[in-house]
This record gives sequence, C-alpha cells and structure tokens, in this order.
Amino acid sequence: MSDHLLSFVISLPLVGFLIGCLLPKEKIQQIRVFALGYSLLTFVASLGLIAPFWRASPSSYVWETNRAWIDFPPIRYHMGLDGLSLWLVILTTFLTPLCVLLSWNYIDKKQKEFYAFLLLLEFGLVGVFCALDLFLFYVFWELALVPMYFLVGIWGYSRRIYAAVKFFLYTMAGSVLMLVAIIYMYNRSGTFDYPMIMQMLQNGRLVLSSGESFWMFLAFFVAFAIKVPLFPLHTWLPDAHVEAPTAGSVMLASVMLKMGTYGILRFAVPMFPATARNCAVWIVPLAIIGIIYGALVAMVQPNMKKLVAYSSVSHLGFVVLGIFSFTQIGFDGAVYQMLNHGISTGALFMLVGFLYERRHSLEIADYGGVANPAPNLAKVFMIAMLASIGLPTLNNFVGEYLVLQGAAIANFNWAVFAAIGVILAAVYMLWLYQRTFLGKASDEVTHHMYDLGLREYCAIIPLIVMMVWMGVFTQSFMPAITSTTARILAPIDAKREVQVKLQPKRSASFKEIANAR
Amino acid sequence: MNLWLIPVLPLLGFLINGLLGRRFSKQVVNIVAIGSVMLSFLWVVKTIAGLYPIDTSAIEHYYTWMQSGTFNVGVDFAVDRLTAVMLLIVTGVGLLIHTYAIGYMEHESGYYRFFAYLNLFMFFMLVLVLAQNYLVLFVGWEGVGLCSYLLIGFYFTEQFATTAGNKAFIVNRIGDFGFSLAMFLIVKHFGSLDFTQVFGKAQNMTAESVPFFAICMLLLVGACGKSAQIPLYVWLPDAMAGPTPVSALIHAATMVTAGVYMIARSSVLFAHAPGAMDWVAAIGTATAFLAATIGLAQTDIKKVFAYSTVSQLGYMFMGVGVGAYSAGIFHLMTHAFFKALLFLGAGSVIHALGGEQDLRQMGGLAKRIPITCVVLFCAGVAIAGLPFTSGAMSKDLILEAAYQRSPILYWIGVITACMTAFYVFRALFLAFFGEYRGHAHHVHEAPFVMWAPLAVLAALSLAGGFLSVPQWLEPMFPLHEGHVEPLIAYLPFAAGFIGIGIAWWFYVLSPKLPDSIASGLGGLYKLVLNKYFVDEAYNGAVVQPLIQGSRTVLWRFVDVTVIDGTVNGVGKRSRGVGNILRLLQSGNIRNYAAWVVFGSVILLIAIGLSGGWR
Repeated sequence: MSDHLLSFVISLPLVGFLIGCLLPKEKIQQIRVFALGYSLLTFVASLGLIAPFWRASPSSYVWETNRAWIDFPPIRYHMGLDGLSLWLVILTTFLTPLCVLLSWNYIDKKQKEFYAFLLLLEFGLVGVFCALDLFLFYVFWELALVPMYFLVGIWGYSRRIYAAVKFFLYTMAGSVLMLVAIIYMYNRSGTFDYPMIMQMLQNGRLVLSSGESFWMFLAFFVAFAIKVPLFPLHTWLPDAHVEAPTAGSVMLASVMLKMGTYGILRFAVPMFPATARNCAVWIVPLAIIGIIYGALVAMVQPNMKKLVAYSSVSHLGFVVLGIFSFTQIGFDGAVYQMLNHGISTGALFMLVGFLYERRHSLEIADYGGVANPAPNLAKVFMIAMLASIGLPTLNNFVGEYLVLQGAAIANFNWAVFAAIGVILAAVYMLWLYQRTFLGKASDEVTHHMYDLGLREYCAIIPLIVMMVWMGVFTQSFMPAITSTTARILAPIDAKREVQVKLQPKRSASFKEIANAR
Repeated sequence: MNLWLIPVLPLLGFLINGLLGRRFSKQVVNIVAIGSVMLSFLWVVKTIAGLYPIDTSAIEHYYTWMQSGTFNVGVDFAVDRLTAVMLLIVTGVGLLIHTYAIGYMEHESGYYRFFAYLNLFMFFMLVLVLAQNYLVLFVGWEGVGLCSYLLIGFYFTEQFATTAGNKAFIVNRIGDFGFSLAMFLIVKHFGSLDFTQVFGKAQNMTAESVPFFAICMLLLVGACGKSAQIPLYVWLPDAMAGPTPVSALIHAATMVTAGVYMIARSSVLFAHAPGAMDWVAAIGTATAFLAATIGLAQTDIKKVFAYSTVSQLGYMFMGVGVGAYSAGIFHLMTHAFFKALLFLGAGSVIHALGGEQDLRQMGGLAKRIPITCVVLFCAGVAIAGLPFTSGAMSKDLILEAAYQRSPILYWIGVITACMTAFYVFRALFLAFFGEYRGHAHHVHEAPFVMWAPLAVLAALSLAGGFLSVPQWLEPMFPLHEGHVEPLIAYLPFAAGFIGIGIAWWFYVLSPKLPDSIASGLGGLYKLVLNKYFVDEAYNGAVVQPLIQGSRTVLWRFVDVTVIDGTVNGVGKRSRGVGNILRLLQSGNIRNYAAWVVFGSVILLIAIGLSGGWR
C-alpha cells in the first residue's frame, strides 16, 4: 500500500462520502461521530505523505500514480505530489475534522447530507491539488464546486440561494474558459498529461505562438482569478461567505480560494511563462488594488463575516503579487501565504461562527464587551486576529514578509503600495476587535454569551498551535516549498534571476530622491 | 553564554501567568512575574561579567528561521557594548517597575493579566535589543508594539483606553511600514539582513550603488513611529490611558527609546547618508521643542510627563542625528532613570489620591506624602538639568555636539531645556506646594514595595550621570572631538535654573499670574492647550476621508453598484437558470445525485467532443 498512499488518501473521503450516504439519517450522533473519526483517519493517513519530504528535497513528483482511465481520448488517472501541493493537501485534511467539530450542533437539519457533502468536498479538493492530468484536474475542479454549492444553498442563511447561484455562475464562467483552453492544449499536444506537456514545451516539440499563448494563458488565468478572487472578480466572495454555514466559510476561504492561486502557480505560469511575465504589468496592479481595496472595504463593513471575507480579498492579493514578482522569495512567500491564510482566516471564520451560535447575529453593532462574559473566546480571537494582521512570531508575517520582499526585489514601488495593505489590516481588524470584544457588555450580550466549550477548544486550538508553529519554525515547512518553487522558476527565469542577483536594479523614484540630495 | 535565556525567562513568566494565572493567588503571580525578570536581570549581569570587556560582538546562532533560495534569516542573538547597556537598562529598570507594580496594581482586577502582559513585553523588548539581524529586531519591534496596545487598553471596558490602544498600534504600524520597506531595500542591495554582513558590506559601498539615503529615511520613519517623533508622536500622549507602571516602563523608559537604539545600531548605514542624519536631527529638535510647548499648558500630571517624554526623545534624536550616538544612548539611559521615576512618582500621587490625575485638584501634598515628594523632586532636578545630576550630563553632551553641527539646534535645545524645567516644576509645585484643592480622603503614602524602587531610581537619577556610558561605548562610537566654549557648556544649566525660577514665581509666589497670562495670550494659549489641533487635523484630513470614501465610493458604489450591478444584470438574464436551480433545492438526496449525474454527462459529452475534434 505504501506506494499507493496518495491514492489511498484520496479515495478515503470518497468512500466516506458513499458510506455517509448509506447511513440512516435519524442517527445523527452516529453520523457525526463517523464523520469526525473518518476525517481524522484521513488526516492521519495524509501525514504519511510528508515522508519523502522529510529532510530531503525530491527532485520530481512523489507518490506518482499514472494509470489509464479513459482510453480515448487518453485521459489518465495521473496523480502526484510535490512541495507545492503537499501542504495544501495536508491543510485540507487538517481542516475537515475541525469543520466537523464546529458543525456539531450548528447544523441542525439534514446532518447526513451535510457531512457527506463535506467529505465529498474534501475529496474534490485533495484531487485538485494532486491531479497531474489536465482533464482530471478539471474534473476535480468541478467536483469540488458541487458540494460547496449545496453547502451554501441548503445550510446557508436567508439569501443563500442568491449567493449560491452567484457563486456557481461566477465559477462556471471561468471553468468553461478553462475547459476550452484544456481542450485546445490537447488538440495541439495530443495529450492531457501535464508533465508531458511541460516536457514538450521545454524541448521544443510543442511550440505555441505568442497569440496562442496569450489566449491560453488568459483562459486559464481568468478561471483561476475568479476563484482567488482577484479584483474586480471578487464580488461573489462576500455573498458566498456571508450566506455559507461556518464550515462552508472555513473550507471556502481556507482551501477553495487556494485552488485559484494553486492553479496559477501550477499551470498558468509554467505553461506560458513569457506571457505570464508580460501580463504581470496589469496583473500586479490588480493584485495591489485588491490588497488595498479589499482592506478599505473590509474596514467599513457592518457585518463581521463580510469583513473577514473582504480581508480575504486583500490577503489573496498578496499571494498573486508574490507569484507575479517572478522571484524565488516571492514564490515561496506566495505558497506560504496560501497556507497561512488557510489557517488564520479559517480560524477567524470559525470564531465568527462561535459568536453567531451564541448571539445569532453577524452584525458587529450587536456585539461589544464580549471579553467580559467570554474571556477565553476573546483571547483566542485576539491571537487569530494578530496572526491575520501579520504579527511576527505568527504565521502570516512570514508569508507577507517574503511576498513583499520578493515584490520589492522585482519592483520596489510594488512593495511600497502593497505594504499599505499591512497598515490597513491592523485598522480593520483592531477596530472589529474593539467593537466586538471590548467595552462594556450590554445585557443582551451578557445574557447570550458564554465561554468556549471543550468541543470548541478542540476545533480552534489546533489552528492556534499551527499559527505559532508556522510563524516561529518556518523551516518545518519551507524546504519542501522552496525546492519546488525553485524547480518551477528555474526554466522560466534563469536569465533574469542572475541579473537581479548580480546587478541589483534600483527603483527610479528613490534614485531620484537620492540624486536630489 | 546562552543569551536566549535572557528573553525566554520572562516569556516563561508570561506563559505561566497567562495560562494559569487566573487560578493563582497574587503572591504566586508576583513570584512568577518578578522572579522571571529578576532571573533575567541576573543572567544579564552574569553574561556581561563573563564577556567583559566585550570588545567584539558575541554572536549566538540558534536556528534558521526562514530560507528561500539563497536568502536566509537566522534566529541569532548577539551582545556588544551597545546591547549590554540596553540590556542593563531594560532588565534593571524593568525589575524596579515590576516590583513597584505589585503595590500599584494591588486593588485592580485582572492582576495576573497585567503581569503576564508586562512579562511578554520584557520578552519582546529583550529580543529587540539582542537581535543580530533586522528581521529578529523587527519581531521585538512589533512585539513591544503589541504589548503596548494590550496594556494601553488594559482597562478594556473603557472606550477611551481601547481607542488609545488602537491608535498606538496603528500609528506604530505606519512607522513599521517604513521600517519594513527599509528592510526590503537592504535585502535587495545587500542580500542579507544580518548586521555583520550588512554593515560589513556597507562600509565598502558608496551612495552610487546603494540608495543609502532612502534606506535611512525609511528607517527614520520606523523610528519616528516607535519613538513618537513628529509627525507620528500623536499616539504617545493618549497611551497614558494605561496603568501608570506601563507608562513608566513602556512609554518612557524602554520601548519608546527603541527608535534611538535602532538608529544607533544602524549607524554604519547612516554614516553613508549625511542627508538622512540631518533629517534625524531636525525632526528630533523640532519634536523636542514642539512637545515642550504643549507640555507647558497640560493639566493632567501624566500628560505633562508624556509630552515631556516626547520632548526628551527629541533630544535623543538630536544627539544621534548629529552623530553623537554615545550621547544619545547616554541620555536614553539617564532618561530611563528620571522619567521612570517621574511616572512612578506620579503614579504614587495618583494612588494616594485614589485615581486623581488633574493637577488642579492637587496641592499641598508635600506634607502628606513626603517620600513621594522628595523622590519626585530628585527626578525634577535631573530632567531640568541642574549641575551634576544625570540628566544634566547627558543633555549637555548632546547640546555640545549639536552646537558643533549647527548652533541653531543648540539654541532651540537650550530654550527647550528652559521650558522643560518650567513645566516639570510647574507640575511639582502645583502638586506639592500651596493648599490642597482636591476632595480625596485618606491621602496616604505609598507602601514600601512602591517607594523602595522609587528610592533606587532617585539615587540613579541624581548620580547616574557618573556611569560613564560614552567612554564605555567609545570603541563603537568615537567620542566627539573638539571643545566648546565654557559659556556654551554652562548655558543649559542656567536654562534649567531660569525655568525652575519662573515656575517658582508663577506657581508659588503669585499663583494668580498664570491665569492672567493665559487669558492675555488668548488664541495662542488655546492653540497650545489643544495641542495645536493635530489630532483633529489628522482625523479630518486622513481618517474621516478614508472611512467615508471607503464606505460610499469603494463599497456602495464600486462594489455594489458597478461590479455587482453588472453581474446581476447578467444574472437576471439567466434567471431561468436560477429558477431551475431553485427547484432542485428540495433537500432530496436523489435530486442531488441527479445533479452529479447531470454534471458527469456534461463531462462525458465534452470528452466525446474533444476526442471528436482530434
């Protein structure tokens, strides 16, 4: 089995989904226990995937499985892992049991379907991060969309239908473009196999004209950018988040958004490097606008879930910025930031969910003084907030620092503008915290609020531990990432890297200042 | 040497008290909190004794924090002579203030929380001064800002306290924005953040190849935020919302001096950017003067000392800006003594009066709380710069160096010294002389645990100037050459005496005089009393436009109307699709399964199509 661990891990949630469907729907407790135990099992199994990366940097995909699935056209079940996908897979399997825990009492109808969909979602997400066949990737991509649509549409709040349809249409619009591009690539290369296509591109057996490259890149990129979401394609996100049940929000923010940035870094950039480089001229400004715009709009939200949702727009802007800096440091920062955002924003959505379970409101104005009746909830929220605003020793700082450092090496002005987002993050989060947790508690708040319970501790503490671990002992995770991003970057970028290292380019605006002195 | 023990001991104190403190008695909390700082202090003494005379920097590497390609950052600590001074100040003064806080916080709720935060602050502050690269320094730098935020907002049910905390954090973030940009440039041009590597390379580089001016100006932005200099000083006076020991430790003695330390640490870079050094000196001088003028009219005893802190930090900036780094650090140390004492003394007054901070509600306290009175006057003469006190020695060194750079700096510094003496003694005379004007009953002297640290600080304020810090730092920062005329050297003393004299005249001899002068000055007095309306200007010019603009333009217009309007327009046309989807919301699992099948069929069709195209 050891050779097939990846396939085993992937199949677990699918089997779980099927078993879940067969369980009797009245036995709610059994269903929940099953979902928890099963997702924990999947998580433990997935930890085995780390083994090849332990004190080593594999030079290619590991746990590779390549089997025929459909003979014609030749779609293969080709799965594999590298440092880019490894931690995203672990993140997914790590969060799923936590989502079961936090849904325990929160989901009060159709529990069976809910947990089944959660496992199906896990299956789709893990598949997305491991698929090395373009068509297989597309299948998983769409597969992940379906359970999320239902999670929002069935267990969501009052405007859930609107949000679910909006989410579905937005994403479908992108997916269709991607499907066209995938099929086009197949027509040109004769295969859906991604490593093979990359090989053909590198050894010259497949040459795309610049026009082709541009349209192909654009089709992939738009599909991914909607998912990220990149400004101005982001408006599905606040609605989907606000209407989604807590577990849906957590999975959506923590993992599903990473499908977009993962796709960019896995497919769009390596396949069309020159085009991607050229397009950085307009993509980076969009990313930076997203960083600042997301933060400013988050600042004025009266609804705390929307606030956290817009903060995601801001944080994901950093990831895109890091990728399109085309530097090693920027790439590493971007990958790390994907994980960081998964942890810290997942924690924030979880905590907002806890608040909702108590007070039954998401309006910030309905809170205030929560720290008095629920001091530990306030403390945990404080740590998650500090992680989110990039306090050093917590995880987000490392990612943001590396992204901005990479951006600064590419073009110092990018870093100047993007770093404004770091200031604004403090503004909106501290303000949220002040209005929610500090001050005098109203009677309403005192009446409804109680401190964290054991189940809630079990759901949130692992995330807090990860924040500190990833912030302080970054090297537990970074070697796998940096060796993989180096492999992605090397063929694209050999020339430019040398240039940057040997002869640092100076940014114009500061040169002028310096000369003027 | 195990330098890591120095910060980790208070960190342990934080963890123990933070996690378990609620169940501890106050004695246990005290033992953990003060014990950890005491051990840390002893470890500092042992380390410095072991390394004496510390001619080279002793570096310890613990582990690699992050490595990306060839760029890596280590968690490295180092001790050189500059760090040794800072370590002694931080742990020494920190220990005294921790001890004092036992008495001061006695009756406050959240006792364990207070000491946990205070320990956490010690951890980050010690990381800051021990750091061997800019990123680890930045960890401490942001960390102390966090603790400042937590402790300013310690009374978290009070809106003004939490707002002041937010303000401190956010204004500091603006400074950190500059600091981090400076780090980006340093990595871009030196490929490292390690002090040894950066400074080693910098010595052989010229302003042609590296934008030293930009790096140093950005570092200055960071320093202005942390050390409350123009234009980012506005958070510090508000920070007085925190408990008084916090004001003494964080907002007077240690954290706010981090900017001065950082500039001194980066002296190699600043040496390449004389233009940036001029900016440091100019900002320092302007801040010293401006803050002193505001201090003249404040009526809250802590606010007086807060503006005085801003002003004294301005002196330190003036010192490092004119290249007199050792004088700047010297003043940093003496200021830690006398300003900590002023705040703790003020805390003792406030404690005695049951929370009263308004000078107009005090008076005649000399007889009732004599020990506090004596120690506060010790601090007063030190900050006023009377001969042989600690403040006089360090301030004189700065002013002499400033005179050699530019007499204008010197003269502004002397006028500021006169104002300083005036407003400090104004506060002391108002509090201790004349008749009692307040309503508090049971005015009582502080307990031993509070006045003992005050006595130690009083001795240091008077005699601390004889600790020859400039000579100690000479291998790192050469002493200033050249001699100034005796008149220039003695004038600051005279300024101190004049300031005290005027205060005596105004507030002891003829107490009616200040009011008539104030009403005579009219608008000018109002301007100073209201701190030049800087807060209001920032609010009107930056904060409100940002909030309103974000709400009306970005959110309601761009997001909701433009982007969502477009999307919904498209969506309306596909309402048919929506209706079909809605029908499927039956909650029936078979329907969902049908969906999955439906999707699969689409996929199969697509596969067929793609195959067909081949």
